[in-house]
Amino acid sequence: MYVTYERSRGALSASLHGEIDHHSVQSVREDIDKTILQERPDEFKLELSDISFMDSSGLGLVMGRYRTVTGIGGTMSVVNPSANVLKILNMAGMDKLIKIEATERKSKR
Amino acid sequence: MKSATILNKAIKEMPVNSFKCEFPAKSLNESFARIIVSAFVNQLDPTIAELSDIKTSVSEAVTNSIVHAYRETDIKKAQNVYLSGEYYSDGKIVITVKDKGCGIPNIKEAMQPLYTTLPSDERSGMGFTIIASFSDKLKVSSAPNKGTTVRFEKRIGNT
Ligand SMILES: Nc1ncnc2c1ncn2[C@@H]1O[C@H](COP(=O)(O)OP(=O)(O)O)[C@@H](O)[C@H]1O
Ligand SMILES: [Mg+2]
Repeated sequence: MYVTYERSRGALSASLHGEIDHHSVQSVREDIDKTILQERPDEFKLELSDISFMDSSGLGLVMGRYRTVTGIGGTMSVVNPSANVLKILNMAGMDKLIKIEATERKSKR
Repeated sequence: MKSATILNKAIKEMPVNSFKCEFPAKSLNESFARIIVSAFVNQLDPTIAELSDIKTSVSEAVTNSIVHAYRETDIKKAQNVYLSGEYYSDGKIVITVKDKGCGIPNIKEAMQPLYTTLPSDERSGMGFTIIASFSDKLKVSSAPNKGTTVRFEKRIGNT
């Protein structure tokens, strides 16, 4: 898994690509936290449309970044999770804590 | 009808196909385990959702053996994860994940949603809850310092 960033008007968006498991989270966790703490965005978006697999390690990743962002007074949302990812987020009640949104995507159809 | 049931119980059905493997309890083998199980289950032509549920469950069980089972063992003992699978003519898949680690002192407590002994490591405590919800049947057996066995079943192609 790897992470790419986009910025627009006070918002920082981190897009994750690949598979989220206990092994792969270790490489992006610190990078995302470092970027958040450096840029101190008002709004942080975690873009998950390019995630093909996620297990409960993803819950820890989302919760951990939520703590980082709210710790500096920002807000967080999760954007475009696939059906499988959404199922796991909802099972842990993440939807009650963090805004989960689906945006128009540049789909290939 | 009654005699057929008795007969079914008397003769243990043989799996149509099966596999067994073992690998070191290293985190890079989490995706390896998922790939093995995906390739195996794909023989049954599962739906995307069925395959995803099974991959997630395998990932949870294997990750637990990697993260929790050997965390306190300092003995120079082989630290392996034992993964096996079977499927039957009715589409029932059985996956077993085993380790020879520290064991789980209180299985009932460990299976509670949000229960984790490693919150510092960003573990969510949702692993067992996910396996239980994504499979038809889940059995966890464990003995202190002997190890843990997680066995789950899922029948696919329920039409
Ligand atoms: N194979 C195992 N060996 C030892 N302990 C385990 C094993 N699997 C699970 N556990 C224990 O059960 C708890 C709950 O597991 P789980 O629901 O997957 O949550 P998490 O992995 O996020 O902690 C773990 O925190 C750990 O204490
Ligand atoms: Mg777990």
